[in-house]
Amino acid sequence: MVSTASEIKLSVKDLSIRYGDHVALEGASFDVRENEIFGIIGPANSGKTSFIRAINRMDEMTPGMEVHGSIEFNGKAVESWRNLYALRSRIGVVFPLPVGLPMSIFENVAFAAKLRGVKGKDALGEVVERCLRRAALWDEVKDRLDSLGSLLSGGQQQRLTIARALSQEPELLLLDEFSIAVDPVTTMRIEEVLKELKQEMTIVLVTNLTQQAQRLADRTAFFLEGQVVEVGETKAMFKGQTKDPRTTHYIEGRFG
Amino acid sequence: MTSSQPNRIDDRLDAAWIWDRIARAVIFLGGISAIVFVVAIFAFVAKEGLGFIFQKLDLGFFFSSPEWRPAQEPEPEFGGLALIAGTASITGLAMLIAVPFSLGVAIYIGEFATGKVRETLKILVELLAAIPSVVWGFIGLTILNPIIIDLFDVPVGLTVLNAGIILGLMAAPIMTTIAEDALKAVPDSYREAAEAMGATRWQVIRQVVLPSASKGLVAAILLGVGRGFGETMAVLMASGHAINIPTSPFDSARALTATIAAELGDTARGSDHYKALFSLGILLFLVTFVINLLADVLVRKGASDRS
Repeated sequence: MVSTASEIKLSVKDLSIRYGDHVALEGASFDVRENEIFGIIGPANSGKTSFIRAINRMDEMTPGMEVHGSIEFNGKAVESWRNLYALRSRIGVVFPLPVGLPMSIFENVAFAAKLRGVKGKDALGEVVERCLRRAALWDEVKDRLDSLGSLLSGGQQQRLTIARALSQEPELLLLDEFSIAVDPVTTMRIEEVLKELKQEMTIVLVTNLTQQAQRLADRTAFFLEGQVVEVGETKAMFKGQTKDPRTTHYIEGRFG
Repeated sequence: MTSSQPNRIDDRLDAAWIWDRIARAVIFLGGISAIVFVVAIFAFVAKEGLGFIFQKLDLGFFFSSPEWRPAQEPEPEFGGLALIAGTASITGLAMLIAVPFSLGVAIYIGEFATGKVRETLKILVELLAAIPSVVWGFIGLTILNPIIIDLFDVPVGLTVLNAGIILGLMAAPIMTTIAEDALKAVPDSYREAAEAMGATRWQVIRQVVLPSASKGLVAAILLGVGRGFGETMAVLMASGHAINIPTSPFDSARALTATIAAELGDTARGSDHYKALFSLGILLFLVTFVINLLADVLVRKGASDRS
């Protein structure tokens, strides 16, 4: 069930994130393995999104956000990357609320490829079709690729942002509550896609839905009030084999 | 009514109801007055100038001759070409300076500057916008004039170049403010989404922020053009006020507005000269109207392209 050849993709060491006096995450240390889906569960304000933002150094555009400790991506601390844009291009992010950039559907998905230097309608069209197919959106939009991305429904826009993240051909895909604006049927379709994508990339899945973590994640971390309570095999965790009773309480919905 | 009962309002015209009526009436008068004033101004200008345009003014001559001799006896000449060329060239040069300048400042304030630098810059830009035009004219007359004479070794420094620079500097602050508002209206989530994909700051600005702010940026530029056409005092002082079709930036010129300002006091009310100046006013009015209409159409077109 768990791949034994577990190269470490992300190594988090004593990570703390603060906004002024407010502590969002304190002393987090864990590893994310290559080609696994790593779930992060926990109630609101537990530091999940702050963690996601720290990985690709989004803190640099958030005034007041301070990151201490280290996150190593492929064994190299993210803050030591000189070309921040190269780092970000290798990490795909899907935000909780879909952001269709104010351009056509085609341009939305071709954006990252263009940044990488892919040129020509044919080459870009190939990228666009492949990514839209994988994000389960192609059939719905193939006849109107030139219309605005922001005209799509919430669920379609979220799949558009997933297609966009895939177009980066990322090694690491960060999904932050991707299913908030998506209907349950579409959510299931995307979940199927994520299971396939695991072959090619590492996925960090932040979710409010513990069931979603149970369905998808190989291992799961439980965040609570800025602390990483525990990290463990998802199956074991959901069978009640937890190191901390609070984890079981949360999974069973007794608080949060 | 005892304290334990809920505060139910009876069906009568109470103070809140009356205040609502008063507030509505005042707001309605305020809103309608804008229309009334515009119509009244146009009616006044048209009354003074329109009859002259149709009965006496040779429109062919007006648009083809640079000879503006309204006080010439016995036969005055009303050629507007030099004035139109003066206004157009000065405004054109001003926009050449103001557009890159104001967009640059707006992009810096909106996208790069943070904290105190940003706040200080915004205040300074607003202060610049508040400088009276006669002060700008004075700067053109006393500072820029000798600089141009020295720098380019020309006999006169009160030229299209001088007026264009002054007008450009005058229009830039307000254009900057409008352009910055347009940039600020672009949601941060767009920037974040693009940056998360690995786009550089410049790529984000060029490919995401500027296209989505384009409506507002066009409005800012057209506002500057309108300002350029309408500006009077600074142009009067800095342009040399010579009736002449300028062929280079080092020629003096005369603007439509400056002509009206300088000559209206010398004319007898109701005379041909007086009415001719009102015809210039009508021309200015029409040009401003067309610019505003153009801005409106562009903004609407932009809106429908994007939604």
